[in-house]
Amino acid sequence: MRTRALRRKVIFTVAGWTVALLMFFPVFWMVLASFKTELEAVSTPPSLFFRPTLENYVAVQERADYLRFAWNSVLVSFGSTALALVIACPAAYAMAFFPTRRTKDTLVWMLSTKFLPPVGVLVPIYLIFRDTGLLDVRAGLLMVYTLINLPIVVWMLFSFFREVPHEILEAGRMDGASTREEILHLLLPLSLPGIVSTALLAIILSWNEAFWSLNLTAARAGPLTAFIASFSSPEGLFWAKLSAASTMAIAPIVVFGWLSQRQLVRGLTFGAVK
Amino acid sequence: MATSASQAATANRPRPAGDRRRGSGPRTVRSTLGLKLPAVLLLVLWMIVPLVMTLWFSFQRYNLLDASDRGFAGLDNYAYLLTDPGLAQAIWNTVLLVGWVLVITVGLGTLLAVLFDQEFWGRGVARVLVIAPFFVMPTVSALVWKNLLMHPVNGLFSWLARSFELEAIDWFGDLPLISIIVMVAWQWLPFATLILLTSVQGLDPERKEAARMDGAGPVAMFFHIIVPHLSRSIGVVIMIETLFLLSIFAEIFVTTGGGPGFASTNLTFLIYRYALREYDVGGASAGGVIAIVLANVVAMFLMRSLRRSIEA
Repeated sequence: MRTRALRRKVIFTVAGWTVALLMFFPVFWMVLASFKTELEAVSTPPSLFFRPTLENYVAVQERADYLRFAWNSVLVSFGSTALALVIACPAAYAMAFFPTRRTKDTLVWMLSTKFLPPVGVLVPIYLIFRDTGLLDVRAGLLMVYTLINLPIVVWMLFSFFREVPHEILEAGRMDGASTREEILHLLLPLSLPGIVSTALLAIILSWNEAFWSLNLTAARAGPLTAFIASFSSPEGLFWAKLSAASTMAIAPIVVFGWLSQRQLVRGLTFGAVK
Repeated sequence: MATSASQAATANRPRPAGDRRRGSGPRTVRSTLGLKLPAVLLLVLWMIVPLVMTLWFSFQRYNLLDASDRGFAGLDNYAYLLTDPGLAQAIWNTVLLVGWVLVITVGLGTLLAVLFDQEFWGRGVARVLVIAPFFVMPTVSALVWKNLLMHPVNGLFSWLARSFELEAIDWFGDLPLISIIVMVAWQWLPFATLILLTSVQGLDPERKEAARMDGAGPVAMFFHIIVPHLSRSIGVVIMIETLFLLSIFAEIFVTTGGGPGFASTNLTFLIYRYALREYDVGGASAGGVIAIVLANVVAMFLMRSLRRSIEA
């Protein structure tokens, strides 16, 4: 019996790791290319043994552009997440602790706004932005991201808040805490892990969003998605530098994702899968 | 935590009757309306204003390049769009793209979920590697697949093909839609795996044990115990993926530009073409209305299942 169990484990180890390496391979291959010279990056057969160089990273860094795009990404994704949290917190609090007959309808309606395809409203948003001078302005993109993520943020906060024991908040209320004090000093500390994972998901979604960023921004306010897309035209010669830039663009968010994978599942399914 | 403990203690003191009900007390439902209002109002504005404008523009003659020629166009934009050979293909491509990615990710995702539910050495690290593609931004994965992997001359796949003495394939040139489907499926497989794995882990071990006692082999176990248990999570995966897959854009923008011809143009990309390349506000808006109608047909079906799943 023990040898059979051992054999089972060996088989699953081989299968599991094969799948894992295959799935991760494109990312690994990109990171590898970022340490090659441009010539090695395009050579066939592919060079596996080479002297790693940091010159691509230096080159990307020297293009002052990169840092501006990265800074735009940070500002827009963190800013929109913070703003969405500020707007969503009171709403989720009200819906979780003072539900009415309409609460569920409101929640479903909020999520249904996500079914409005962005391209369906591209033209009006584009024209509004053009006429108000928001095209290629960070604040404009930040506003759009706040609004696209708002339904998801409300949903997630709602499902996390619902797990906070009602009695604790009620006690605070009895002691004369105002709504603001109740949310700030009782609810937020108690549901901090949930809020953090909500924030992580919103940041990841905004960081990787590439429809509005490509259509509403250019050189001035463009985040990293726009920066990377600008590399799509020159073929061949800049693969190593492109890989370095790509690695820098995704590294923070991949690490973010890895750290929060467990919470993300709950967030992504709005608690529907336990 | 100390404060919350003491607060909890005070909760035990006697309260006036009728105060025990959820939602009563000093803050009534009426007073919480103000808390919800900003979020609700913003979303209403975000939805209604562009929607009304899109509808309005779709009946207008309006090209940004020729501002003098404006006016009521009746159904001209719709007529123009519906006779555009690109439209039917774009809708069909959208269906193929969403459908195939769903089939691949849900099918493989179920298998991977079962695989990663088993005990094996280094499972935690392997799982982290599998999940990684989900966090890669679409423009980056598009460039990696287009250049490093699928490039007809210098890409890894062409080298592999040649070293097996096969003809190298110009992936994005000759098989544009298939290439995009493969790439998008790679991006979304981790998501499906992650959700379904969580669900598999929630399966009652006693049920598995009971089935094993009844002589169920691994295949019977998979189809009669695991798949039925996963059905609700599969519904959730399908809903959320559809939401994002309907509006795939960057992957096409970076790799094929919708071409050759309309071979890899989906609805989102077609409308983008009208709007930002041909500056045809009227045509793009009519396309937008069609996209909204299509999305709502899908949504009606999906929202019903979502409602059921949050009620359960």
